Amino acid sequence: MTQQSEEAVIRCEGVWKIFGRRASEALEAVKSQGLSKDEIRDKFDCVVGVREASFDVRRGEIFCIMGLSGSGKSTLIRHINRLIEPTAGAIHIEGENVNDVSQKKLRALRAEKIGMVFQNMALMPHRTVMENVAFSQEVRGHDIKDRTQTALRAIKAVELDGWEAKYPDELSGGMQQRVGLARAIAADPPILLMDEPFSALDPLIRRQLQDKFMSLSSEMKKTTLFITHDLDEAIRIGDRIAIMKDGVLVQIGTPEDIVTNPADDYVADFVAGISKLGLISAAKIMEQIDVYTRREGPLDLDSCPEACPDHSLDRLVDLAVSTQQPIVVKVDGKPAGVVTKNALLRGIKGDIGPAEKTA
Amino acid sequence: MDEENKFNILDPFSSVDFEIADSADGIKQWAISNRELIQPIKAVFNDIIVFIDDALHAVPPLLMLVLIAIIAWQAAGRRPAIIVALCLSALGFLDPNAWGLAMTTLAIVMAAVIACFIIGLPLGILAAKSDAFEKILRPVLDLMQTIPAFVYLVPVVMLVGIGNVSGVIVTIIFALPPLIRLTSLGIRGVNPSVVEAARAFGASPSQILVKVELPLATPTILAGVNQTIMLALSMVVIASMISVGGLGNEVLRAMGRLDAGKAIVGGLGIVLLAIVLDRISQGLGQSGRERGHRHWWQSGPVGLVVRLTKPKTETTPSIRTEK
Repeated sequence: MTQQSEEAVIRCEGVWKIFGRRASEALEAVKSQGLSKDEIRDKFDCVVGVREASFDVRRGEIFCIMGLSGSGKSTLIRHINRLIEPTAGAIHIEGENVNDVSQKKLRALRAEKIGMVFQNMALMPHRTVMENVAFSQEVRGHDIKDRTQTALRAIKAVELDGWEAKYPDELSGGMQQRVGLARAIAADPPILLMDEPFSALDPLIRRQLQDKFMSLSSEMKKTTLFITHDLDEAIRIGDRIAIMKDGVLVQIGTPEDIVTNPADDYVADFVAGISKLGLISAAKIMEQIDVYTRREGPLDLDSCPEACPDHSLDRLVDLAVSTQQPIVVKVDGKPAGVVTKNALLRGIKGDIGPAEKTA
Repeated sequence: MDEENKFNILDPFSSVDFEIADSADGIKQWAISNRELIQPIKAVFNDIIVFIDDALHAVPPLLMLVLIAIIAWQAAGRRPAIIVALCLSALGFLDPNAWGLAMTTLAIVMAAVIACFIIGLPLGILAAKSDAFEKILRPVLDLMQTIPAFVYLVPVVMLVGIGNVSGVIVTIIFALPPLIRLTSLGIRGVNPSVVEAARAFGASPSQILVKVELPLATPTILAGVNQTIMLALSMVVIASMISVGGLGNEVLRAMGRLDAGKAIVGGLGIVLLAIVLDRISQGLGQSGRERGHRHWWQSGPVGLVVRLTKPKTETTPSIRTEK
């Protein structure tokens, strides 16, 4: 998607969060004995929020954390700007350990480097749209002329110009969340934290805002950590996705990885209902051409439709409907594999057997 | 004597005497011996009260009536302003002396409420921020509200002497608790996600307090101010026992002479004053939403002046209908 360098902007190393008075005791126990969430709750009266989360978010990347409610994803994202202190582990922002910086520096970091969007908007009802968007500038002590200018730019970016003087409760839900987005990008921070920003919106508005967000994000080259409980949303906008369950990051990978190689039954269950048309490529489902000819006899290459290995199932279906012949997948102009109708149908169902057999 | 000291397990209370009353009476002795220290401080506060009193008396009654009505219009709107004007007229016509007495009472109440605000707001903020402090404060506030005023009347008089300052002090003791409680309640009631958002955007604790918590808690705090004003007014009769003038004194004197007519005049005067102050302070507590999101300078008499001085510069963008 966007240009990515390999530098990690956000780096989490073994982050643990256990809520409760005996958190450190519980952490010792869970590390040495490997207790489950329920055992910790019963023994120490503590709740495990995040369990040894480690991941990197590279510059310009949109990294989605997907999980159901209670999986600890909102807790995890709040560690990035230290709204929550970890029980163990470290969080680095551009190489700097967030948990070591002074309060003053932390506030500067929050105001200038990290923008955050909340599920429930969390706009200030006593402030106009303009005053809300300019908030981070205001607390940094920028003068009113400066912050009006930057805020106006952000308001324009989310297409809310003309509404600056209104109060949040005069706006619809979708517009309110656009104010939230404008507030997050006003100070032009390199990092965006999105905590289920579009979950409370209706499907149409959600899709519009997703598009808006994606175009803004690639335009402004933000590094984004995006929390969602909606796998479709994660697949739609994420460069990489982490699946979270009971505080554990179960699997981290590209959308295609997650869909085609679910790490466990939990992820598989999730992925089951997802349309694979845009996610699986021809390379994943094709049969080696020699295996095919050995079984079915020689193939009339000229009458077969052609495809590239990275063509999606969607395109293969378009090719397949117009002919009875299997599709030939060519690499560098040479036929490498064959996709039969059966393989295609199995691929649409998410069953990528042939590729595994030949691999 | 012997019988008295004999300890009876079934009735331990009458045979044991810790002499609490006697030792508590020591407070009085302490108060008397420390009187000299208090006097200069007292003089300063007395001057402030006298100044407010003089200022209120200096304005001709009709002008004052109009002024208060305009304040009510600005603070609460047109309808409360009319009620306020009617109440003040009724108050004035009750008795030829009633207006002057009412102004004295108003001066005492204003002094007490201002003092309550200065003391109560910081304490309320502290109570909102610290559970431990709130826990300690709560029984103290309970005590202040429930202990009969006569109990602390005596030590206060011994320490400070009779007069306006003592009157204000006893009024503060009784009227302060709701302001502290409602300030704490208001700040604790601020939506935590908004506070979290403020933190996430780099606001410091004091910025969060000033820019987020206090503005959002304002309606609740002003409800506390309203309660404090009402309680202060309800203390005026008791305060008049320690030589505070005004409507309360009228009621007290009428009681001494069994003069029902005078008592009713004084009593009604207090009630009318209470209605006036209640309407104004309640109006202040309205949230922006109830005002249709207009700024204070866009409504009431100030709004009228603003509109008249620069006509048709902008049409009101508010989509809400005027209240």
